[in-house]
Formats: sequence, structure tokens, C-alpha cells
Amino acid sequence: MAQYFARSFVGLLVVLLIVSVITFFLMHQVPGGPFAREKKLPQNVLNNLNAKYNLDAPVWQQYLDYMGDLLIPKITTGEYKYSVTDDHLINIRLPFGDNTTLRWMNFGPSYTDRTRSVNGIIQDHFPISFQLGVAAMVVATIIGLPLGTFAALRKNTAFDYFSMSLAILGVSVPAIVLGPMLQYVVAVELNWLPTTGWGSFQQLIMPAFALGFAQSALIARLTRASLLQVLNEDYIRTARAKGLRNQQVVWLHAMKNALIPVVTIMGPLLAALITGTFVIEKVFGIPGLGHYFVVSINQRDYATIMGTTLLFAFFIVIANFLVDLTYVWLDPRIRYND
Amino acid sequence: MTSIGTSADSVADTRPEIAHLEGVTEKSRGPWTDAWRRLIRNKAAVVGLIVIIGFILAAIFAPQITPYTYAEQNYLAVNTAPQWVIDLFPKMAAMGTENGYVRVNNDYYLGTDNVGRDLFTRIVYGARISLSVAFIGPLTSLLVGTIYGMVSGYVGGRVDTIMMRFVDIMYAFPTLLLIILMMAFFRASFTQSEAGTLAYRLNKIDAAFGGMLFIFIGIGLTSWMDTARLARGQVLSLREKEFIEAAESIGVSDRGILFRHILPNIMGPVIVRESLAIPRYISTEAFLSFIGLGVNPPTPSWGNMISEGAQAVKSYPNQAIFPALALFLLMFAFNFLGDGLRDALDPRATKEA
Repeated sequence: MAQYFARSFVGLLVVLLIVSVITFFLMHQVPGGPFAREKKLPQNVLNNLNAKYNLDAPVWQQYLDYMGDLLIPKITTGEYKYSVTDDHLINIRLPFGDNTTLRWMNFGPSYTDRTRSVNGIIQDHFPISFQLGVAAMVVATIIGLPLGTFAALRKNTAFDYFSMSLAILGVSVPAIVLGPMLQYVVAVELNWLPTTGWGSFQQLIMPAFALGFAQSALIARLTRASLLQVLNEDYIRTARAKGLRNQQVVWLHAMKNALIPVVTIMGPLLAALITGTFVIEKVFGIPGLGHYFVVSINQRDYATIMGTTLLFAFFIVIANFLVDLTYVWLDPRIRYND
Repeated sequence: MTSIGTSADSVADTRPEIAHLEGVTEKSRGPWTDAWRRLIRNKAAVVGLIVIIGFILAAIFAPQITPYTYAEQNYLAVNTAPQWVIDLFPKMAAMGTENGYVRVNNDYYLGTDNVGRDLFTRIVYGARISLSVAFIGPLTSLLVGTIYGMVSGYVGGRVDTIMMRFVDIMYAFPTLLLIILMMAFFRASFTQSEAGTLAYRLNKIDAAFGGMLFIFIGIGLTSWMDTARLARGQVLSLREKEFIEAAESIGVSDRGILFRHILPNIMGPVIVRESLAIPRYISTEAFLSFIGLGVNPPTPSWGNMISEGAQAVKSYPNQAIFPALALFLLMFAFNFLGDGLRDALDPRATKEA
């Protein structure tokens, strides 16, 4: 099993590597560089800028330099001077020497915002997208799980039809529909919550709901289908034959297995929520990382494109990897021996 | 694996057979006729179908039913709304009343946007984009995915391993990121291509369709993996069946076996899968247009209308809410129809998410 996980971990690294290659070469294929303006810059200025940001080297050379900066950790001692070209995501103080620090993951400087490094942008704005994604996940789970469970337990009743209709409704309202509608009804018309902004709990509620509602429908449908299937299995009949109370059978015996498929999609769902906040951020005026991702593509801000893409890809890939782990934890019958 | 909520269907299943046995008037029916009967017995699916047909008719006859053109700007009628819209949204106040700011103009059914274009006209034309994606998205995915999966499953061995490993990688690839990058790539690089090259011609076609071609390509390239896996799985199980062996023994070529014998047998599940994915294609297009990488302005898409309208949702909610409702209605209809199709074509399948 350890071998299986080692192999799928290596697979994860390979995917990230491929993502980095494709992104890097695709974005350099797009005409117009970060310094292309309506009014053309003088050639010598452009040359200097290109030289400063290493854009005059062949693309494969630039790629190797970028990945080198990113992946090769370095150790610094003594006084450390911050600069946008030398800003690392991970800084670990080592317990010896004079301020000896291990620094890793330098995403380079932003090409469009001269005072910031990509690392700075990530550290300032990613936590916001992350909080929003997690809040949306909480919303999705609180709505979806009970809805699906009770729909399965009261199969073919009015409640079942109601909750499954709600689920179809949920998958039919993408965030770009639900966002403005909620904003109008809840914020403008009822004046219960602020329309836009970020920072307070009130400002979190609507975006989290708008983002999480569609996923709650997914969770509800999956929970219902999976619980129904489990309730038909022999071991449930055995449990009932032993005379266990219905509550015990459902909550202790059936739920644990019924939740396996649900839990397995939760990882990718969470990753999708964290990395899929662009729309909600735009509608609700939230200063998250999604905005920087979209804008950086339009501005050809190569370093920011790479940094945000790799970060998002990392979360998605890790989520898929964790799914494998939870499988084993939840279902002891699954063994990876091959 | 027992089926859920299909008891009515299984009753329906047996009926034609009984009729057949008794030799009564009813003729024997093919599987597609049966599926159609099951489908039209499903009320939700029928409602969905009617809504979709309504949208299709509106999209086809858009020039006839719309009073303006979608790009026509009237600077004397910027941000206007007719009286009934103002009444519909309580916080909107007509100019002349207390705190009134909205100019009343009853010439436009749903009002105008911030450059004076008719919202109704743009919503009707927007249906063209969404519906095109709803049909061409699954078609590309079906074409690429089915052929890829069938070849992989039928050839087998090392080829199969490599082809499926590639699918795995594509799966792990963040789809949304890839599609955004690709759209930026298409948009920027093809517009600057030299005359006479393939890129130039593609760009011309794209421009003629208001920017839709690249959306199709983008969606097609990122959505075929599910279908490929499904098709491969189906082929693997069919390959061992006697009728394939029989076909092989009488010397049918590989291509003949794949397309004449295997393909018709895997179409059911593949079509179900694709029809369930349609709402996803529609929302992907709307999303791309929302972030400005979709259709080229001034071509209207519900996505870019919502994006523009959302910025003024406080003052002019009609500009965002109406296109949002249209998008919601169409996705709702396709979801209902997709569910109905699944039950009709594959009554034994369990209902999964």
C-alpha cells in the first residue's frame, strides 16, 4: 500500500510538472508581452525591461531559470534584505548560526505591479479565496448532507421529491446566476446583508452561499443515491435481524459506508471551490486571488500567471491524492496491493 | 443494484412484450421508440423539452421577433426601463417620483443596458450562443471521446495503457485553468496571424460566429475524457460478447466491428452522459463570457450581460436579473430533460449524482 501511495504521489508531481510546462509555454506563445502597450515603448527601454526580467533568453532557458528559483531552496545567513525578486513563500529559521534561514519557493516579481512579488500577492490574497472556498464548502455540506440523508430515509415521499427538485434547482443555478440574484434580493431589496465587500462575517454569508449552493445539490444527490444503495445491502439486513434499533442501523452501520463516495468528492469539490472563486469575487467585490489570476492572463504577467496556476493546480492535485487516502481509511476492504 | 423510482418504468417495459405475445394490434417497437415513450411519460422532462424548443424557436427566429438589433445603441435611452419593470423591482423608482432615477421608456420590453441596447433583443440573441454550446459542446465531446475510448478499448494492450494514462493526466489537470489559458491563447494569437495561414482562416470563422468557434474548441478539448472512459469501459465489456466473435469469424474488418457492431451498442450510455453534461457546457460558456474570454463584443451572451449588469445591480437590477433568469431557465430545462433521458434510455441505472 505504501508503494501504491508512493506511486500516486510521484504521479502527482508529474502532473504538476506537466501543468507548469504547458502553462509556461502556452503563455509565452500568446503574442504581446507584459510590456506591450497601446503606445509602444522605445526599443531600448523594452530591451532593458526584457533583460531585467530575463525575457530575452530562449523560452526553455527562462523555464529552467523559473523552476530553479522556485524549487531549489537556499540558505541565507545574517541580515536579510527583502526585494521583490528575492521573496520566498517558505522561510524556516534553522536553529544554528546567525539568523540562518532556509528559504524555498521564490515565485519571482510581478511584472505589472513593480512593488510586489508574486509571493506577496499570493500571501495577501490567497487566504481570502481560501476562506471563501472553505465557507462555501461548509454551506454545501450543511445543506447537502442532511437533505440527501433524509431524502433517502423517506424515499418516494413528498420530502424526497422536494429535496431532489431542490437539487436539480441547485445544479441549474451557477454562481453567475445566483450571485447577482442573491445580491439583489437579500442586499438591495431586504437590506439584510451588505451588497459587497470583505472582512466581516455578514459579508461572507452571501458569497459563501452563492458559491456553495450548487455543490450542496451535488452532495445531496450523491448522499441519497449512496445511502439507498447501502440500505439494500445484506449486512444492513443482518444488523436489523440482530434487533438493532433503526437509528443505530442507519447512523452507525449504513452511514459510514454511504459516506464513502460523498467524502471522495469532497476533496475535489473543496479544491474546485477554492480555485473557482473568480465569479463570486467579481460579483461581490472580494479581493481574492481569482481576480489576479484572470487579470494576470490578460496582462501577460507571466510570473503571476505561473504562480497562481501552480498554486491552484497544487490544491486540485492534492485534493485528488487525499481522496485515495480517505478511501482506505473509510473502507477497510479496499487494499492497494497491486 | 436495484433501481430507484423506476417501478413505473419496469411496468412500462413489460407491456409491449405482453402485447407482442398476445399478437394484438400493437406492432413491435424498437428500443428507441420505447425510450421515447418512457421519456414523454415523464412530466418534468416534457416541460424541459418544451422550454428548450421554445428557446430554439426564439433563437432561430430572433430577427423576426426582436424589435431592434443586438448591437444597436440608443444614447437617448441609456439605462431605461419600462413601467412594469419598475413596478416589478420595488427599489427601482421612476424619474419624477420621490428619489426617482430611472428613466421610463416603454418602447423596450425589458429596458435597455448602459449603452442603450435593448435587453430583450440581446437576451433572445444570447440564446443562440447558449444553445449552440448546448449542442456543439456534447457533439465535440462525443466525437473525440467516443472515438478515443473505442480505439483505446478495442486495440487494448500497451496502446490502451498509454492512452488511458494520458486521460488520467488530463483529468488531474485543472480544467478551468486550462480553458482560461487556452481561450487567452486563441484570442490573442489568432487575431494577429498572417493572412492565408490556417490560424488566420480559423480566426475568420471565429469572428464570423462572434467568437464561438474558440469556445467550442476550448470546451471540446477539456470535456472528452469522461466520455472516453465510458466508451472504453463499454467496449471492453462488449468485446467479449458472442456477436462480436461471430462478426470476427465471418471476416468483418476491425473498423466494421467498431462502427457497425460496437458503436450502436454503446450510444445509449454515452448519450445519457452527454445530455447530463449539457448544463455544464452552457455554464462554462457563460462563465467564460462573464470573465471576458468568451464571445467577442458586441455579440450578446448571457454571461457577459450578467457580468455587465451585476455592476449596476443596486440601481438597475433588470440588467442582470433578466439574462440570469434566462440562463437559469435553460439550464433547468436541460437538467430535467437530461434526467428524463437517463431514466428513459437506461432504466436500470441507479440514480447517481
